[in-house]
Amino acid sequence: MTIKFSRDHEWINCADTNAAIVGITVHAQDALGDVVFVDLPEVGASFNQGDVAGVVESVKAAADVFMPVTGEIVEVNEALRNDPSLANSDPLNSGWFFKVKLSDVAQLDALLDETAYNDFAANA
Amino acid sequence: MSATASALLTTPLNALHIELGARMVPFAGYSMPVQYPQGLMDEHKHTRTAAGLFDVSHMGQLRLIGPDAAAAFETLVPVDVIDLAIGKQRYGLLLNDEGGIVDDLMFFRVSEQELFVIVNGACKVADIALITERIGQRCQVLPLPDQALLALQGPQAATALARLAPGVDQLVFMTGGDFDVDGIDCFITRSGYTGEDGFEISVAAHDAEALARKLLAQPEVQPIGLGARNSLRLEAGLCLYGSDLDATTTPPEAGLNWAIQKVRRTGGARAGGFPGADKVLGQIDNPASLSRKRVGLIAKERIPVREQVEIRNLDGQVVGVTTSGLLAPTIDQPIAMAYVEPALAAIGTQLHAMVRSKAVPVEVAAMPFVPPRYFRG
Repeated sequence: MTIKFSRDHEWINCADTNAAIVGITVHAQDALGDVVFVDLPEVGASFNQGDVAGVVESVKAAADVFMPVTGEIVEVNEALRNDPSLANSDPLNSGWFFKVKLSDVAQLDALLDETAYNDFAANA
Repeated sequence: MSATASALLTTPLNALHIELGARMVPFAGYSMPVQYPQGLMDEHKHTRTAAGLFDVSHMGQLRLIGPDAAAAFETLVPVDVIDLAIGKQRYGLLLNDEGGIVDDLMFFRVSEQELFVIVNGACKVADIALITERIGQRCQVLPLPDQALLALQGPQAATALARLAPGVDQLVFMTGGDFDVDGIDCFITRSGYTGEDGFEISVAAHDAEALARKLLAQPEVQPIGLGARNSLRLEAGLCLYGSDLDATTTPPEAGLNWAIQKVRRTGGARAGGFPGADKVLGQIDNPASLSRKRVGLIAKERIPVREQVEIRNLDGQVVGVTTSGLLAPTIDQPIAMAYVEPALAAIGTQLHAMVRSKAVPVEVAAMPFVPPRYFRG
């Protein structure tokens, strides 16, 4: 399995480490409620692991989207910008946020696998 | 379960909320439903198109009883209490000695000798202490902790409730009375806090769940959480105490002069005589003395502008701050309330809201953002 999870409730599909896909988890979108707005990073921008790379807002709250790994944004999901509800309806597929070119593949080792993340989220 | 969670109070509808799948959050010391499985957006739209049932039992209910009750209560608020007709309700403000708003409230004239008052949940302990201390010698101050409070709001609220309580649809906005709701004794006013036609229903705690089930059995009615209550009230231009109003804010700053009847103003038959009267009446008589004023804002980009967002003029100078804000579900635009310098409070004034360091263009807009649909007969 090539999907890993951060303790900030992002998932990252690292099948292609030059364009790893990042989104928010089912748990995160459920906690936020109806997503009405996403603020996506610029393509070409570089971030360190843990930096705020975007914002996701529901009617009731705004939440930061953190970089699960250090790297450069190579693509953002324009469909999500136009229809933020994709983050609720399909968070693991069409509701992805951005793709990142990893600077340090070893950072993936410290992220959680699905079982560990589900345990973490259940106790969050 | 954390210590904090276990210390929360619950309303008489707590078990029903959980049965209905509500997400419960701490609010005003209570565990309250913030939303149900259908979600905030759907709940909001349902209330605007049909009827929503809200549990507002965390709010404080009390009675002021005695021949001097109205005159005594009038010493605490800048509004006309004495002349309020029996059977009618009015919006009021508890003020401190500096004219700051301690709480906003609704009061109802039950009889010559009795007022029924509803205050905010987070303020109720302090309110009851203040009222008791200031006027407890002049009338009986009787808290009603064993009463629940439900709100049924929306364009189909009257149809749904009248099926169970014939005649309730004859009430007009800000009037009320005692009703039998399918066998349950209730005190009902035609009022609410969503901008919609609707009712607030005070009921004995032990009857609250049965009443809620009867209301939810009506085809028009869905349960609605606090999340949608907040978005509905903001669209209606109504202040949330603790966000848009606080003890450092006076009624003229908050744009609430409409709540101060002429009889209590300078030159009126019973001018002044309430806490902070000199300051409040001075501000009404000389609006130029105000340093800030509450306004409505609509953003011109589809970016939510939330509370505590800095407002700047087009030259980049800080001129105010927002106190509430969200993407309005009905008009699908970002709306906010803010306090700004009075010179910038005119409708149509162009300003910037600083959202995450980005200057989002906003315009001062008339409130309410969504036209109210109160039933005035």
